Amino acid sequence: MQNSAADAIVTADGKPLKVSLAKALRRQRMFALALVAPLFIFVAISFIIPIADMLFRSVENGIVEEILPQTVKALESWDETSGELPDEAVYAAMVADLKVARKERTNTKVGQRLNYERSGMSSLFRGAGRKASRIKEPPYKEQLIKTDKDWGKVVTWQVIKQFSPNLTPGYYLAAVDAMQTPEGDIRFEDSEKAIHTKLFIRTMIMSVVITLMTLLLGFPIAYLIATQPAKIGNLLIILVLLPFWTSLLVRTTSWIALLQQQGVINDILVFVGIISEDGRLAMIHNATGSVIAMTHILLPFMVLPLYSVMKTVPPTYMRAATSLGAHPWPAFWKVYFPNTVPGIGAGAILVFILAIGYYITPELVGGTSGTFISNRIAFHIQNSLNWGLAAALGAVLLAIVLVFYLLYDKIVGIDNMKLG
Amino acid sequence: MKSFKSALIAAAVASVAAGAVTSAQAETELVVVSWGGAYSASQQGAYHDPYMAANSDVRIVNDDSSNAAVAKLRAMNEAGNVTWDLVDVVAADAIRLCDEGLAEIIDHDKVLAPAPDGTPASEDFGDLIVSECFIPQIVYSTTFGYRTDMVSSTPTSVCDVFDLEKFPGKRALEKNPINNMEWALLCDGVAPDQVYEVLGTPAGVEKALAKLGTIKDSVVWWTKGAQTPQLLADGEVVMGSTYNGRLFSVIEEEKQPIAMLWDWQVFDLDGWIVPTGTKNKEAVMEYLRFATDTQRLADQAKFISYGPARKSSAPLVGKHATLGIEMAPHMPTDPANSKTTLLYNYEFWADNRDDIDERFQSWLLQ
Repeated sequence: MQNSAADAIVTADGKPLKVSLAKALRRQRMFALALVAPLFIFVAISFIIPIADMLFRSVENGIVEEILPQTVKALESWDETSGELPDEAVYAAMVADLKVARKERTNTKVGQRLNYERSGMSSLFRGAGRKASRIKEPPYKEQLIKTDKDWGKVVTWQVIKQFSPNLTPGYYLAAVDAMQTPEGDIRFEDSEKAIHTKLFIRTMIMSVVITLMTLLLGFPIAYLIATQPAKIGNLLIILVLLPFWTSLLVRTTSWIALLQQQGVINDILVFVGIISEDGRLAMIHNATGSVIAMTHILLPFMVLPLYSVMKTVPPTYMRAATSLGAHPWPAFWKVYFPNTVPGIGAGAILVFILAIGYYITPELVGGTSGTFISNRIAFHIQNSLNWGLAAALGAVLLAIVLVFYLLYDKIVGIDNMKLG
Repeated sequence: MKSFKSALIAAAVASVAAGAVTSAQAETELVVVSWGGAYSASQQGAYHDPYMAANSDVRIVNDDSSNAAVAKLRAMNEAGNVTWDLVDVVAADAIRLCDEGLAEIIDHDKVLAPAPDGTPASEDFGDLIVSECFIPQIVYSTTFGYRTDMVSSTPTSVCDVFDLEKFPGKRALEKNPINNMEWALLCDGVAPDQVYEVLGTPAGVEKALAKLGTIKDSVVWWTKGAQTPQLLADGEVVMGSTYNGRLFSVIEEEKQPIAMLWDWQVFDLDGWIVPTGTKNKEAVMEYLRFATDTQRLADQAKFISYGPARKSSAPLVGKHATLGIEMAPHMPTDPANSKTTLLYNYEFWADNRDDIDERFQSWLLQ
C-alpha cells in the first residue's frame, strides 16, 4: 500500500500526474470544442433542423383534429366501410365544431387541407362556416345536409375520418402517385396519369446525362489546363471561372437567344445551308435545352476537381510508360487515367447532386420534356401551398440521393474521392 | 493632424445628427410588396410618390416578392415575424390568404374613401370585392397577342389559336390549366355558361385536354408573364397568351409588329391585402385610404393599361404619362374590347385547381 502511494508520480505542485494530465487534456478538448462550436451551431440551424422539419412536415397532420376535435372523436365509432352515413351525434359534433371554427376563422383552413385529398372540400367548408352557425337545434343531420348535399355523401366523411390522425402516410403515397382507399387498400394511379414517378425517373436520367456530358467536356479541358505552363494554365482557369461569376439567369437566357428557332445557331445553320428555313431545329423548350444549358452551368464543378487532381499526377508517369514501350493510348488509359479517378468521382458527385436539385434553368428552358421533380416541389411550395406534399417529394429525393451515394461508395469507394 | 481629428469628430457628430433628423422625419417605414417592373413603377407614380410628398413622416419601401407572396407570408407567420405591411396579390391568392387567416379582414366602407359623389366604397367596387380581406385595385386580363407580319389573315376569334391550318406556327400558352382549359372547351363547342359545369367532371377535363392536344406539338409553354412578349418579339411564336399590360408595352412602347386579340379574354383582379401581424396597421390603413381613392386608381392607368377597379374611376382615365396616347381604348374593360369575356372563376379553381393541375401536368408529360 505504502509503496504504491510513494510510487505514484506527482507534478511540481504535488498533484498526481494522472489527475493534472487529465485536467490539461480536458481543457484542451473544451478549447477545441469551443472552436468548432460556431460551425456546429451553423450546421445545426441551417442544415439539420430544416431537414428534420421537412421530414416532420411530410407526415404531420394535426390540423383536422385541432380544428374539428369533437367530430374526430365522434367519428371513431363510425364504420367507414359500412357504406352508410354517420349518425346524428357526428353531425351534431360537426355543427358544434364548425361554429367554433367560424369564430376563429379556421374552417377554411381545414377545408384547404382536406381539399388536397378531395376536390370540393375547400368550398364545402367555406360555405359551412356561415351556414352551420344558423343551425340552432336538432335534427342536425337533416339540416346540415340541406345546406350542402356533399354532407350527405359517405365519401366526405370517409375523407375526414381517414385524415383525422395526427400523422398521415398520405403525402408519401401522393409523392409516389398512390392513394389509400377508405377500405385501407393502397391504389396506384394509372401509369399515364402518374406524374411524380415519371418526373423522378426523368430527373435521374437527365442528371446522369448532364454528369456524363460535363465529364466528356470537362476532362480534356482539365487535362489541358493541368499540362500547360502556369501562365497559360492560369488564363484557362480564369476562362473556366468567368461564367461562374455571371448570374445564373443571364447565362440561362443567353442560351435562349442562342438556341431558339429564330436564334443565332439556327440562323447560321440556315445561312450556311445545312438546314432549310422550314427545318429549323428545336433545341430549346425541351429536354435538349435543359441538358445544354445545365451542362454549361455545371461544367466548372467538374473541371475544378479534375484539374486539382490532375495537377498532382507527375508527368513522369506517362513518360516512363512510353519509354517502357507503351503506345500513347494504353499509356494514357492504363497509367494516367486511373490516377484521375478520384477527381472524376468528386466531380461527378458534385455535378449529379447539384443537377437533381436544379429548378430555375429547367423552368425557363425545359419546356414540358425538360422539367425536373424540383419544378413540381417549387410549385407545391409557392403555388398550391401543399407543403406536406412538397416535403414528402423532397424526402423521397433525399432518399434517392442517399441510395446513389451508397451505391457509389460500394462501387468506387468514397475514400477514393478527392477534391484536390 | 489635429485638424484632421477634429474634422473627423465633426463629421461623426454631423452624421449622427443627420441620422437623428431623418429618423425623426421618417417615423414609419412601410414595406409594400408588389410585382416589380412596370407594375411597381405605375404604383410608385400614382400612389407612393404623391403620398410621400404629402406625408413626410412616411417612407415607402418596395419589395418585389408578389409572385411568392403566399408562401413567404405563411413562412413569416409561422416564424412569428411579419415584416411586410401591405401586399399586392391576385384575387385567387387573396382568397387563399384570407382562408388561412394570413390576411386581415377589411371593413371596406370604414377603411376606404367613398366615391366623390358619396357612394360608399363597397358599392363603388361592387362585385370585385371577392373576399372580405381583398381591396381590389385593377382589372387585368389574360388574352392573346399575335404577330401581324406572320399571319395571312387577321385572327378574330380565340378559336384561331386552335386552328393550325389557317394560322400555322407556334403558340405560347401558360403552363397551367387555368384559362387554357376554358378556351379549349369554348372552342370545342361548349356553351359559355356551361364551361365550369363541364370542366367540373373528369370527362370534361379529358375533353379540354383532347382539344389542347390538337395543338400540343406547336405550343411553347410559358411560366413568367414576360416570356410571351419576348417570344412574340423574337418571332418564335405567331400568337401567345399573356397579361394585357405586357402586350400593351410591347406594342405601344416597343413598337413591335404585334396586335391584340381580345376575344374571350379572361378578367382577373389584382389588389391589396394587409397581412395579419403587420407592425404598422394604423399607418397602412391611412395609406390605403389614399391609394385606393377614385383619383389615385384613375391615375395608375396613366402608367399601365390596366382598368381601375372603382366604377367612379373609369371616366377619369386619361392619357399615357409619357406616350401621350388615350388609354381608354387599351383598357381590357373598354366596350370594344370586352364583347366576349370570362371572369376568373375563383370558387371553381379554389376547389379543383389541385386535381386539374395534376392531371394537366401529367398530360404535358405524356
